[in-house]
Amino acid sequence: MARARVIITLKKTIMDAQGQTIENALHNLGYAGVSALRMGKYVEMDLNGASKAEMEKQLDEMCRQLLANPIIEDFRFEIEG
Amino acid sequence: MAAATKTKTRFGVVIFPGSNCDTDAWHAIHDRAGAPVDYIWHQETDVSGFDCVILPGGFSYGDYLRTGAVARFSPVMKAVAKFADRGRLVLGICNGFQILCEAGMVPGAMMRNAGQKFVCKYVHIRVETTDTPFTRAMKKGQVLRIPIAHGQGNYYCDGATLAELKRSDQIVFRYCTPDGEITAEANPNGALDNIAGICNPGRNVMGMMPHPERSSDPILGSADGRLVWESLIGGAR
Amino acid sequence: MAVEARLWRELGLSDAEFERIVSTIGREPTPTELAMFSVEWSEHCGYPRSRPLLGLFPKEGKYASRVQGEDAGGIEVAPNLTVLFKMESHNHPSQVEPFQGAATGVGGIIRDIFTMGARPIAVLDPLRFGELDQPRARYLLKGVVSGISFYGNCLGVPTVGGELRFEDAYRGNCLVNVMALGVVESDKIATSKAIGVGNPVIIVGNSTGRDGIGGASILASHEFGEGEEKRPTVQIGDPFTEKCLIEACLEALKTGAIVGMKDMGAAGITCTTCEMSAAGGHGMDVELQKVPRREPGMEPWEMMMSESQERMLIVAQKGREDEVLGIFSKWGLNAVVFGVVTDDGMLRVRDNGQVVAELEAEALASPPTYDLPYEEPAYYREAQSADLSKLPMPGDMTAVLRDLLASPNVASAEWVYQQYDHMVQTNTVVAPGGDAAVLQLKGYRQGIAVTTDGNGRYCYLDPYLGAQLVLAEATRNLVCVGAEPAGVTDCLNFGNPEKPDRFWQFRRCVEGLADACRFFRLPVVSGNVSFYNETSDAAVYPTPVLGVVGVLDDVNKHCTSGFERVGDAILLLGETRDDLGGTEYLKRHHKAVTGRPPALDLQAEKNVQAACLEAIRAGLAASAHDCSDGGLAVALAECCIHGGIGADVSLPASESALRLDARLFGESPSRIVLSAAPGNVERIREIASTQGAPVQVLGTVGGDRLSLSAEGKSVAALGVAEMERIWRSAIKELVEQ
Repeated sequence: MARARVIITLKKTIMDAQGQTIENALHNLGYAGVSALRMGKYVEMDLNGASKAEMEKQLDEMCRQLLANPIIEDFRFEIEG
Repeated sequence: MAAATKTKTRFGVVIFPGSNCDTDAWHAIHDRAGAPVDYIWHQETDVSGFDCVILPGGFSYGDYLRTGAVARFSPVMKAVAKFADRGRLVLGICNGFQILCEAGMVPGAMMRNAGQKFVCKYVHIRVETTDTPFTRAMKKGQVLRIPIAHGQGNYYCDGATLAELKRSDQIVFRYCTPDGEITAEANPNGALDNIAGICNPGRNVMGMMPHPERSSDPILGSADGRLVWESLIGGAR
Repeated sequence: MAVEARLWRELGLSDAEFERIVSTIGREPTPTELAMFSVEWSEHCGYPRSRPLLGLFPKEGKYASRVQGEDAGGIEVAPNLTVLFKMESHNHPSQVEPFQGAATGVGGIIRDIFTMGARPIAVLDPLRFGELDQPRARYLLKGVVSGISFYGNCLGVPTVGGELRFEDAYRGNCLVNVMALGVVESDKIATSKAIGVGNPVIIVGNSTGRDGIGGASILASHEFGEGEEKRPTVQIGDPFTEKCLIEACLEALKTGAIVGMKDMGAAGITCTTCEMSAAGGHGMDVELQKVPRREPGMEPWEMMMSESQERMLIVAQKGREDEVLGIFSKWGLNAVVFGVVTDDGMLRVRDNGQVVAELEAEALASPPTYDLPYEEPAYYREAQSADLSKLPMPGDMTAVLRDLLASPNVASAEWVYQQYDHMVQTNTVVAPGGDAAVLQLKGYRQGIAVTTDGNGRYCYLDPYLGAQLVLAEATRNLVCVGAEPAGVTDCLNFGNPEKPDRFWQFRRCVEGLADACRFFRLPVVSGNVSFYNETSDAAVYPTPVLGVVGVLDDVNKHCTSGFERVGDAILLLGETRDDLGGTEYLKRHHKAVTGRPPALDLQAEKNVQAACLEAIRAGLAASAHDCSDGGLAVALAECCIHGGIGADVSLPASESALRLDARLFGESPSRIVLSAAPGNVERIREIASTQGAPVQVLGTVGGDRLSLSAEGKSVAALGVAEMERIWRSAIKELVEQ
């Protein structure tokens, strides 16, 4: 049993209005050093698979099929244990 | 040759868990357009008895993960895809449009409104093409007053896709001013090129963000939406 | 094992209440039983402090009414068609977590509607916050509106009305009240009675977690270790589950296999099991280990006190369980049989075979009631004797009007209601932004109208009169859209009732309201009380918010507030007096909240409303709008803005002895501005005369400005476009600063 963590963000070419709004709010709170803020989604799960390679392949499919929309989102993941 | 009595277009309205506008669509078609209409539960695997399938508005699966992301895997969607492959008609309204995008039945994707807020209000849309079964009762350039109600109507596709949509006359409706001008001010959600509705290359599948079923009865403020039903009822395939 | 005093005190029970429990059950309670009493007898479940006075409200009226204990009540609007409605508060949770507090408020009130078998058709949200120049008020407003939008839109129930009010008195305690309406065939209204020995008791919906238990952790049989999560005080709303619940419950009710149903709001399982049993005159035997839970290791008292959302209790017919369970399964919802109805009137709770609570349902469902002391406060006498005759007269009335249009209590609430889907279900005939919402009832000629009102400032200055003014305004709003007022729900928001001056405010408001309802023959079909809306800072204004529903005999004969055509005559039904006490103008321009609220003559109000309604029904009125905040000048400005057209108005010569500011901005009640084709003016005069309502022609519709004059001299003038710009953008500019 391994723990998988997936991070999904909007593609860089797409305007991240939420990220921009949050960045502005932080600036207003006095954190002037913040820039390039991106908002994303985080998914974690327990995964059962024959091997790490097998689990990575499955996770990749899950991301492409459901967890991320490849037209507008990028994803990356890591598997522990 | 059979006698000239036309059979009315048979409509089916899909109900996903979380769909909200299914009854509204049913009433608009049954009460206002006078056509036969039935509900289709999302577990159904055969929709061949219909001429036109409607994917209604709402919050299927709560819009969880992404709007339409889960609904597109409902059992009925396999049947709807086959149905569309055979050239039958599919109309996605609001959440229905979002589901069509997720299912790849029309190109592009839907994102959060540029203003970050849900917007419910009347807008004007311009008819860009009448060369579809959904708009043939309209005139090119005609301005319709129809309401929107969505938080994720910001249509996006990449440059190549947009060029293709334009080249193939697949943009069906665009947000406009009451006089029919395409301006940034008339765009309620940031959608690319003010796109409010598009069809697939086969022209038998259309998605639109505004709600024609909410503007089919004059007492509610506008009856312009009726033109969609009138276009569709024009003849069964 | 003797129960320690600190245990019941921490749970909110007084020593006297504990003694009463012991003498009622003949022994000391178990920890689980103690928890059950503490929630069932709490103010927000049992209404011990308000129940006696609430008995003053009339339950009958012109339209057949249905009142059912603490559940939603309703009125019959067409043959065999009942509209159920109720309003509830979620004030304290919203002050803590505005988004989820407001969202779960919507969820709770909607459950009260469909638990009776009614399809929810509309929501209204009367909201009150501190002044918008405070960042906290802006934060709360944004959070609350987002939360209501999130929950209501997902459910597919249109939010068709509400209010936005800003007063410093609400700074530490926002008021988030939510009203919901539903329709059901009168003979199909579901009850919440547990009857039929052997019938299965079923819990459906979301699993049970530790939500809402908060301060009751005193009962925990172990201390929280380092890193162990504290119990959440905020409940999280899940509108998707609730939407599925609505469909599943209504579908299940249609099978006829359901005997009784009740929604789990405050005190979840305790409240529903005990109240359903008591209402049905039966008992229940339930097994907690069968209840789906979100976390492991939950103790029985936690299960009984949990306020996890989106859960219902159902009693079904023995032998037909599978039919019911199947429907919930179809909609992807938990549905588990976890108990059975008995005939001994006892509520028996077991956990893994062990009985942890065994109480007479009737006793548990009967908290003691208290008649609290009350005392007229000093501020009241001062305000009543305030002399406003020396108030300086503004020199520039145009500037005052311009400023009032930008006042958050007057300006357009469009920024809010465009975030709500107000059109879903395709019944909305008159949308938010007018005097009242109008909804069609498909398949029926009749329609309904609904509005909310609750001027806390008036009630602060004079609770008895203020409450009556609230009812007068709400009913006046309804006749302006062409509806006859038919029924009332209330949400009474007050401070700490244990303080005699606060309880005096409560008493006087309830008395004023009861008397006015009796006069207008309106039943109060349901309601809610929210006490303790105060912090060390101050208490909120006593704020009885009312939701009033009206009936249109023919929904096509509705009326809106915008002027329609050049050349139409503008008429005023009613009379203006020197009424500046407690007005928006007094507060905004003179920075004062004092004086007596405007005097109200109930008969005069009735006459004006009858005249207006008759004129609309006869098709004589092109528009109708009542005068309220900001007085006549603001009402006329709004008619111009909504119609996109100007007006030329002369204030009646009969008023020449009154203060000019009172003529323009005073808030005398019982006044309605009508516009009509010149050919209809004579008939309107006749109608007014028959109804005993004063009527004057004020002027004519036309042009692109609102021009006001008195005795031949111009007193104020503003362009319609400028008025619209100010009025439409004020809230947005203030919130998004």
